[in-house]
Amino acid sequence: MNKYSTARKNRRKTVNIVMLSLTALATILVISPLIWILGYVIREGMPALNIKFLTQLPTPVGVTGGGIVNALLGSLMTVGLGALIATPVGVLAGFYAAVHPDTTLGVLVRFSTDVISGVPSIVMGIFAYSLIVLPQRHFSAFSGGAVLSFIMLPIIIRTTEEMIRLVPGSLREGSLALGAPEWKTSVSVVLPSALNGVITGVMLAIARAAGEAAPMLFTAFGNPFLNGDFNQPVATLPHTIFTYAISPYPDWHAKAWATALVLIVLILVLNIVARLWSQLRARRMAG
Amino acid sequence: MQQTRTIPRLSIKPRQKTMQRILQHGDQPYRMLLLLSVFLTVALIIGIGVELWQNSGLARQAFGLKFLITTAWDPALTENFGALPFILGTLITALIALLVAVPLALGTAIFLAELAPAWLRQPLGFLAELLAAVPSVIYGLWGLFVFIPVLVRPFSIILNKSLGFLPLFRGPVFGPSRLAAGLLLAIMVFPTITAISRDVLRAIPNSQREAALALGATRWEMITQVLLPYGTSGLLGATILGLGRALGETIAVTMVIGNNLDLTASLLHPGYTMASLIANEFTEATFDLYLHSLVEVGLILFAITLILNLFARLLIWRLSLRTRTEVRV
Repeated sequence: MNKYSTARKNRRKTVNIVMLSLTALATILVISPLIWILGYVIREGMPALNIKFLTQLPTPVGVTGGGIVNALLGSLMTVGLGALIATPVGVLAGFYAAVHPDTTLGVLVRFSTDVISGVPSIVMGIFAYSLIVLPQRHFSAFSGGAVLSFIMLPIIIRTTEEMIRLVPGSLREGSLALGAPEWKTSVSVVLPSALNGVITGVMLAIARAAGEAAPMLFTAFGNPFLNGDFNQPVATLPHTIFTYAISPYPDWHAKAWATALVLIVLILVLNIVARLWSQLRARRMAG
Repeated sequence: MQQTRTIPRLSIKPRQKTMQRILQHGDQPYRMLLLLSVFLTVALIIGIGVELWQNSGLARQAFGLKFLITTAWDPALTENFGALPFILGTLITALIALLVAVPLALGTAIFLAELAPAWLRQPLGFLAELLAAVPSVIYGLWGLFVFIPVLVRPFSIILNKSLGFLPLFRGPVFGPSRLAAGLLLAIMVFPTITAISRDVLRAIPNSQREAALALGATRWEMITQVLLPYGTSGLLGATILGLGRALGETIAVTMVIGNNLDLTASLLHPGYTMASLIANEFTEATFDLYLHSLVEVGLILFAITLILNLFARLLIWRLSLRTRTEVRV
């Protein structure tokens, strides 16, 4: 082996080590904002967070105290309505796509799902505005729930489809061969074995919808009072954070952090539970 | 017993009999329900296009294609509308985001797919997924009160002092700026690009890796000379999906970009994007032409993200034909 090739080999080895360490560094850089954000939300949000904050209505600027109970109720109403609309439609459409993957309609469902998941949420907001708010001539919790259902739909369809496809075909065929009608096969044979996965999908969709602020600006609109009427505007958690954050008052900024803490805890708990659940299930199926 | 039960059955009229069969058997209603859901899903995407098209009619008639290239946005006096500043703002911020995010996300994907020990892979992937779960408005809040004052503003001042002679980095430095929005967007698209790139790399057959290593390549040479070329179309697809996400991102950008209509070249200057314009002005649109102009901005945004999405999925689909493993995005 001559000198040149040793030098070259050393250089290649150095490049290898340097670049591979750089990818590890990139990983640390990509993950670090998560820790930075979580840490800050906890640090800034904790002092203002107490039972009163969760149970009182907001106060005007300058008046101490006040809470976010209106936004909690509004978020519950809009996200609940969204889930109520999107879950049956999404599960059924996901079912169709999984059972008839190669038919024209099956391909069309998967294609539409992909396209819908790429539509910016603000554009969904315009759609709901022109579909519901404009004809009704007022903002409402109902229109907010409708936007959230559009956002949740592709997530639910996709997870349902994937989960149903994991169910062995022999299970379905066995049930059909015993003479059970198709719907009975779907409801009492296929769905139960995929149910955990489907629920995981719905939970992830809820977590995603609960954090949407942009389309709420001109559908649910916001409301400083406690309102349980779907025909009236309501406040939501992300929208409240936005309003407080861009205000010039330090007192409101503190409330924005506290609201953010509430929202992020809700969303992360939903996410972590959903993912751990699906992992547990995958492990059980494999083992 | 048997006979007494069959006799009343024969007396049922044919029409009732079919009704009964449908209800007992139940497959007809079930299929109808399935088809209804399929129809609703497809109708949603068509409905968005149709509604946006119809509700932007006045603006399309009044300004035509000039809407895309004029800079006037004056609802108060002349009632002239042009979307160029917002289109440019959207493109510039998304471009900054990609320039920062792609190398880092690709590095992370390589680490997660090729190098990380097995016990580290899942927790790290999990953290990257949580990063995607953080709501946009919390990124905005953090960007406004932490990211800009702690990192972006000092960085902008350094850029301005050292490279201020370039129009790109001309002062003054305020804080909220196109650069701030671009960098925040970069953080927000990390998880998208990382997750898909990782799956693309995982889908490449092991024989490719083994062949490269057997020929004496180092791991880094195997990655750059074999894996990356093999996965190019998929990685490009991942990047374009990240771009689509960056273009449509609204609330976080609205909070850190400064919402300023000035058309300057400086990245350190406050700007405006299509999405943040809609977020800020939609409820203030007092007359029809104003509203229709805003909806047309939404239509442009919809069209751009739609085309990018289809293109990206085509690229990823092409790769999955080659590797015979499906990468779902």
